[in-house]
Amino acid sequence: MKELLELYFAFLKIGAVNFGGGYAMLPLLERDLVQNRGWTTTQDLTDYFAIGQCTPGLIALNVSTFIGSRRKGIPGAIAATVGFVTSPIVIILIIATFLQGFADYPVVQNAFAGIRVCVCVLIIQAVLRLWSKSVVDKTTLALYIGVFLMTALSGVLPLAVPAAVLVIISGMLGVIIGGFRDKHK
Amino acid sequence: MIYLQLFWEFFKTGLFSIGGGLATLPFLYEMSNKTHWFSHADIADMIAISESTPGAIGINMSTYAGFKTAGYPGGIIATLALAAPSLIIILIISGFLNKFQESRHVQNALYGLRPASIAMITAAGLNVAKVALVNIDAFLASRNIGDLFLWKAILLGIVIFAGQKIFPKVHPIAFIVFSAVVGIVFRFAGA
Repeated sequence: MKELLELYFAFLKIGAVNFGGGYAMLPLLERDLVQNRGWTTTQDLTDYFAIGQCTPGLIALNVSTFIGSRRKGIPGAIAATVGFVTSPIVIILIIATFLQGFADYPVVQNAFAGIRVCVCVLIIQAVLRLWSKSVVDKTTLALYIGVFLMTALSGVLPLAVPAAVLVIISGMLGVIIGGFRDKHK
Repeated sequence: MIYLQLFWEFFKTGLFSIGGGLATLPFLYEMSNKTHWFSHADIADMIAISESTPGAIGINMSTYAGFKTAGYPGGIIATLALAAPSLIIILIISGFLNKFQESRHVQNALYGLRPASIAMITAAGLNVAKVALVNIDAFLASRNIGDLFLWKAILLGIVIFAGQKIFPKVHPIAFIVFSAVVGIVFRFAGA
């Protein structure tokens, strides 16, 4: 029970400061769950994000469920996911009840223009930390560049490939290229 | 009864929105047309609020729509319904991974998935940078390269980047609070 409460409150805290949704969660997870608590590893987190991207449901929820279930099975998954949504629910209910036009307040707009800068830097730093574990050779570098270009230019390209499809193709290429390499070792 | 309907509609949204945040929007518009629980204007307001509160937009939207439709219990039920498909599907996958973690095929799939995963995280960072660090509209209007960059924001970005390197023990939350204060004091949105 103590461990479930720990899971719940760890995710409650992350949900309360997770500005910008799914990917912006990564730097917070790294600090609280990898560095401070040692519940998971950076490499596992990368896997959860990849899988969470191509399975149904929001990435943030998928990743919360993943970590919770890896740690404490089904009750852990529920504790983490419910913990993660608790703060947003409370905040939105307060805003919906009391604060009409919340997003139009100058102080809110200015604060969030500042927070977006921070979120951007935190994401870049998370990518730099993940790099050495994920981009390990020429094949993975090529996959990185390919997926990055397809995602970043999805508004410009004549045919936008959904992110989920890119992830599935990358996984399949991993199986094929990795299998080929194993055979010729 | 309305609770059951709410649960069902948001369960479907959770099930079919693959990826994050904005993937829920088409489903919300459809739900608005079909049920009239909330209007298109409500959705637009919600996008603005989601950008100014923690949490993914899909989560925020389900709380708000549920609340509009059926009060506080509605807000909670809609949000839990959105989360339910994630819980069920990821529990299955996680069980599978536990069992087959050592398999060569799973390892090879992850070998291909990891670079794709961080490529998408990079692209997400770039998307945030596009609104946080540059003002493309102002540049297109004036054609003056000096108008493209939000200099105050870039300076703050450099300070945070250096700050994280120099003080690696400081929690990211402290940097988030710091940038909110800087944003307010120096009027980052010009508001």
